[in-house]
Amino acid sequence: MTVLRVDPIACEGHGTCAELLPELVTLDEWGYPIIHWGQTSPQTPLGEPRQLPPGLERVARKAVAACPVLALKLVSRPPRKLEA
Amino acid sequence: MTGVKSAVGGAARQAAAGLPRLLPPVPGDAEDLNAHLTRHGRLRYHGTALLHAVKAAGLTGRGGAAFPTHVKLTAAKAAGRPVVVANGAESEPASEKDAALLYHAPHLVLDGLVLAAEAVGAGRAYLYLHAGHAGRIQQALTERRRVRLDAVAITVAEAPARFLAGQETALVSRISGGPALPTFDSRRVTERGILVQNVETLAHLALISRYGPDWFRERGTRDEPGTMLLTLHAGGRPRVTEQPIGVPLSAALGVPDAAAVLVGGYHGTWLPAAAVPALTLDNAALRRHGASLGAGVLAALPHGSCGLVETARVTRYLAAESAGQCGPCLNGLPRIAAALAELAGPRPRRSTLHDVERWAGLVTGRGACHHPDGTARFVRSALTVFGAELKRHASGECTATDREPVLPLPPGYAAPTTDEEWR
Amino acid sequence: MTSSTALWYASRATGVVALILLTVVFAAGIGISRQVRIPGLPRFAVTDLHRNLSLLAVAFVAVHVISAVLDTFVSIPVLSAVIPFASGYERFWLGLGAVCFDLMLAMIVTSLVRGRLNRHAWLAVHLTAYLSWPVAFLHSIYSSGDLRHGVLLELSLGCAAIVGAAVTWRLVSVARRLPRAQRVAAQLAAAQLAAAQTTRTLPPRTAR
Repeated sequence: MTVLRVDPIACEGHGTCAELLPELVTLDEWGYPIIHWGQTSPQTPLGEPRQLPPGLERVARKAVAACPVLALKLVSRPPRKLEA
Repeated sequence: MTGVKSAVGGAARQAAAGLPRLLPPVPGDAEDLNAHLTRHGRLRYHGTALLHAVKAAGLTGRGGAAFPTHVKLTAAKAAGRPVVVANGAESEPASEKDAALLYHAPHLVLDGLVLAAEAVGAGRAYLYLHAGHAGRIQQALTERRRVRLDAVAITVAEAPARFLAGQETALVSRISGGPALPTFDSRRVTERGILVQNVETLAHLALISRYGPDWFRERGTRDEPGTMLLTLHAGGRPRVTEQPIGVPLSAALGVPDAAAVLVGGYHGTWLPAAAVPALTLDNAALRRHGASLGAGVLAALPHGSCGLVETARVTRYLAAESAGQCGPCLNGLPRIAAALAELAGPRPRRSTLHDVERWAGLVTGRGACHHPDGTARFVRSALTVFGAELKRHASGECTATDREPVLPLPPGYAAPTTDEEWR
Repeated sequence: MTSSTALWYASRATGVVALILLTVVFAAGIGISRQVRIPGLPRFAVTDLHRNLSLLAVAFVAVHVISAVLDTFVSIPVLSAVIPFASGYERFWLGLGAVCFDLMLAMIVTSLVRGRLNRHAWLAVHLTAYLSWPVAFLHSIYSSGDLRHGVLLELSLGCAAIVGAAVTWRLVSVARRLPRAQRVAAQLAAAQLAAAQTTRTLPPRTAR
């Protein structure tokens, strides 16, 4: 599945992604992106990674290209799960 | 590093249970090659047969994640040109089991490392550990080289004294010649052909190679077979002991009356005293309380001590040990630590508790590694278990009668400030 | 006016416009890295500006090159637009223009596919902007005498000043950035200060 991910080491908090993709990305109080994946639970407060909604793929690609430090990525697998 | 004794007391009980498996039976012994071969005999399962045996045995990682070992081995083998690393960089201050294993039974670890390398077809093997343990390992390696025991060359790589040094991607970075800092890659380390296994996991593997999967399953539970090393903090010096998975927590810890118990180390979970009697030491049972075994650290909080003060001390250490690479961790952990310090003191501001909850949620899952997640878990469990204490502090009181630190931190700890300290 | 002269004028005029555009593109690029915001506009506006103006600049440079090649007054082979120092006329200074054009093309092409590129590869190519602008500037002032007199001289100096200021700003911010190893300590110190409450510990209760 195609999932939107942020490289947190490369990310400098420019905020371009949140501006272009507000349906999926918001900024925390320090300016860093939070990717909203869907259903949350106490163990996974940010949600389980889910497939990018097809209608948003074009805008997502634009956001990926727009990130000044290329920290936003579309990857073709789910990220590692949070350890129990 | 002081020589760590294996379990004393209850030794007869242990022997009757077929324990210890990993550490030498007589406390204080450091096994040389002869003693090792006398105790364990020769290896039976190799290569593909060993992979099958490990799968049948149901061995899981003993580094904290409890990942099925045969899955990791198979994935590494499939990745092509694999490399195997034994991770002995036990960076958790409260854990001493890897140190004990490396000191008392280095040949078991080295057997496991070579067996794993052969099984996945690796040409290179590394043993990654902190400086203090290298001497004993070099001795063991010299013994083995003299009799040309190993077909695979083993390189010892040194880990800096940082909490994150043993993190998987930090380890890979260090061994590749860089600093021991976590890196971000959408692929797992194993998919890149690098097999990282905790030294205890490899030690179990070396025994499975000799005695087979059925023997391994004689101890432990059906879903979590085998034994594991625990580091117990129950008053006095920390003890390393080997227990079958699934033993009652109170029996393992041996402290009948603790105010609370920390399970799984500094990225683990506090459990209230009331939960302890019914609990067994296996992830299936612990998961129901939101806890997990982790790397086998169990610490009992005495009644005279304040859980919030202890948690604040450790959280400050955890915050200082952040790599400082990811925005949420860099910003969140110091704020959480400062807030905990406030909550551990008299009359904290009312907003502080809400801030900690919010920040704990913000840092979880948003770093390149699980350092912020583990810290948040540790902190949240403390706020839950010590809820009553929080209320007392709000009124300016504390139930503690003893200010002696309980949870250990590195002696003379100072937070790192130069890049050199990460090499 | 012959068509040849018209082409020559077109080449010089589009050259001047290209230089101005590249100056603004450069400044906008620095603005992105410094997280500058144009008041009233979204954050992405600066990125959009940088991107669109760079494409416009390439268009102007293309016209600049083509009109110079087509013009018969001096002989400039078409390939000298991309192969440096292949022109008979003003071999060196024109050659610098070709160098700059090549670098620009590399930057544009890698940026068009940057979503699929490795982060470090893209950055390495894009950093050549720091070389590309000075080269374009030298090409501009020495290929013809236009920019060395009158209003155009003031214009070219103005462009140089803008780029100089932008580069200085960037270098200062890089120099001021805390090394990674010190960031955590700085955050910890700041967090302790922020906690208004003192962190003195509670005195232990006397044991009963």
